[in-house]
Amino acid sequence: MTAIVQIDDVKKVYDGGFEALKGVTLNIEEGEILALLGPNGAGKTTLISTICGITQATSGTIRVGGHDVVTQYRAARSLVGLVPQEVNLEPFEKVWNTVRLSRGLFGKAKDDALIEKILRQLSLWDKKDTPIRALSGGMKRRVLIAKALSHEPRVLFLDEPTAGVDVELRRDMWEIVAKLKADGVTIILTTHYIEEAEAIADRIGVINKGQLLLVEDKDALMTRMGQKQLRIELQERISEIPQSLGEFKLELAEDGDSLIYSYDTRAERTGIAKLMAAMSAAGLVLRDLRTSQSSLEDIFVGLVQETGDAA
Amino acid sequence: MNWEAVKSIYFFEMARFFRTLMQSFISPVISTSLYFVVFGAAIGSRIEEVEGVSYGAFIVPGLIMLSVITQAISNASFGIYFPKFIGTIYELLSAPINFLEIVMGYVGAAATKAMFIGLVILGTAALFVDLSIQHPFAMLAFMVLTCLSFSLLGFIIGIWAGNFEQLQLVPLLIVTPLVFLGGSFYSISMLPHAWQTVALFNPVVYLISGFRWAFFGSADVPIGLSLLAIGLFTGLCLGAIWWIFRTGWKIRN
Ligand SMILES: Nc1ncnc2c1ncn2[C@@H]1O[C@H](COP(=O)(O)OP(=O)(O)O)[C@@H](O)[C@H]1O
Ligand SMILES: [Mg+2]
Repeated sequence: MTAIVQIDDVKKVYDGGFEALKGVTLNIEEGEILALLGPNGAGKTTLISTICGITQATSGTIRVGGHDVVTQYRAARSLVGLVPQEVNLEPFEKVWNTVRLSRGLFGKAKDDALIEKILRQLSLWDKKDTPIRALSGGMKRRVLIAKALSHEPRVLFLDEPTAGVDVELRRDMWEIVAKLKADGVTIILTTHYIEEAEAIADRIGVINKGQLLLVEDKDALMTRMGQKQLRIELQERISEIPQSLGEFKLELAEDGDSLIYSYDTRAERTGIAKLMAAMSAAGLVLRDLRTSQSSLEDIFVGLVQETGDAA
Repeated sequence: MNWEAVKSIYFFEMARFFRTLMQSFISPVISTSLYFVVFGAAIGSRIEEVEGVSYGAFIVPGLIMLSVITQAISNASFGIYFPKFIGTIYELLSAPINFLEIVMGYVGAAATKAMFIGLVILGTAALFVDLSIQHPFAMLAFMVLTCLSFSLLGFIIGIWAGNFEQLQLVPLLIVTPLVFLGGSFYSISMLPHAWQTVALFNPVVYLISGFRWAFFGSADVPIGLSLLAIGLFTGLCLGAIWWIFRTGWKIRN
């Protein structure tokens, strides 16, 4: 199956000469939730803007549903909903009117029943006749989502949907995303909260300084992250791992002063007790123990620092 | 064509207008009445007739043009500047619509509002002076064309403007003088000869002249020239807008 969004070597140089995207290639599969993780200024919004038609790529191509976003923009954009990072709404308009306008702009015939359903889903129904300026920040964000959903997009971009919102709204937002996914909508969300990516994404992409550093299945990433290491310092130096310990994932480190045991924290048994028993049977005396864990945060920080040093 | 989008923009913009319908209605009524009190009574008592028409009636076409042109420009420029200013333009840029549809929606609404004001002024004027319109259809056609072309100009100004001052600068510094000097309140033939030549470089002269011809059957310049002028002006504006959307000037980046 071909990806619903195909991004091929996209570069974006802004008018001032600043290169915000340095050749991004990415395929987004239909029905998945992809989280784009990256610090401020990484180019997340720029990438979304070039896909949605708000700005044009300097080079490279983007297809949505097989349609080029520049030459076949009508077909491409019809599939895409965008919830922008900034809360851009007309202050004096009523919620209902502004959501209805969005549907019309995308060429869809009036469907008040659908808009009612969307507003109810987003707990906005009792606010439908309220002018937007009278809404709280969280409610405004919901209005942005309602606008994006009003034209039934197959691909939805959420640009930092939970930046600066309270915990409750964040939970609601995650629930909404899960519901949309169940309806078959492909969702791309940007965030700089790692927990958020962990909580809802199927895949995670890390972007920094205009470059996509990694795109990986969340589960694979979590497995990598779930690896824990136990460092066993030995009383006496050894030159090689005794054969009786062959069944354990061990490495010899620091010229034989210590052993490093890797294990999966999520496995049923860590195997540590067994290892200890086997070690004393082999006559090894331990002096000290230390554990360390690599988290998504570590992976992320590591990746981001590498590109930082390179630039 | 994405007609649904054109319709949506048009009615969304018109809804704003209807919310303030009373204001939209009352202010032209009052200002027109004031013009008649000041110009019609004070000056009209000294100038009996211009080209066989009573002075009060003579200024009606110019008066309508003055309001229609300023209204068309301010409605259209504000209409597109506002989404740019508050950021809601992202939605227009990400929707499956082209420049023609955006323009039809915004310019259509701005022109409709200007047309409405023009008709209100015409109605008010009819209360003060005897008006017999010789070519009513031509009169309406001229009014529609003027509303449209100046709404196009307003649209360009709205896209160009980087702040509210600029938004008001062009109408204030260029359009208002051109309209006032375009023969709104006098016939070009009343000017000294040298100034008559200068006046012919003012595009608004052709509009007002043509409009006045529709009312009274006499004009400063031939009617064909008036039509050509407004056609040319509309074409220029459309060309500029096409270029703006093709290059994304001031909107995409
Ligand atoms: N219109 C613009 N003109 C020039 N530079 C811009 C523009 N928009 C964004 N940038 C720059 O591009 C980089 C990426 O910005 P952005 O895509 O907004 O990052 P993110 O969304 O990941 O925080 C930033 O360094 C930002 O300053
Ligand atoms: Mg951003």
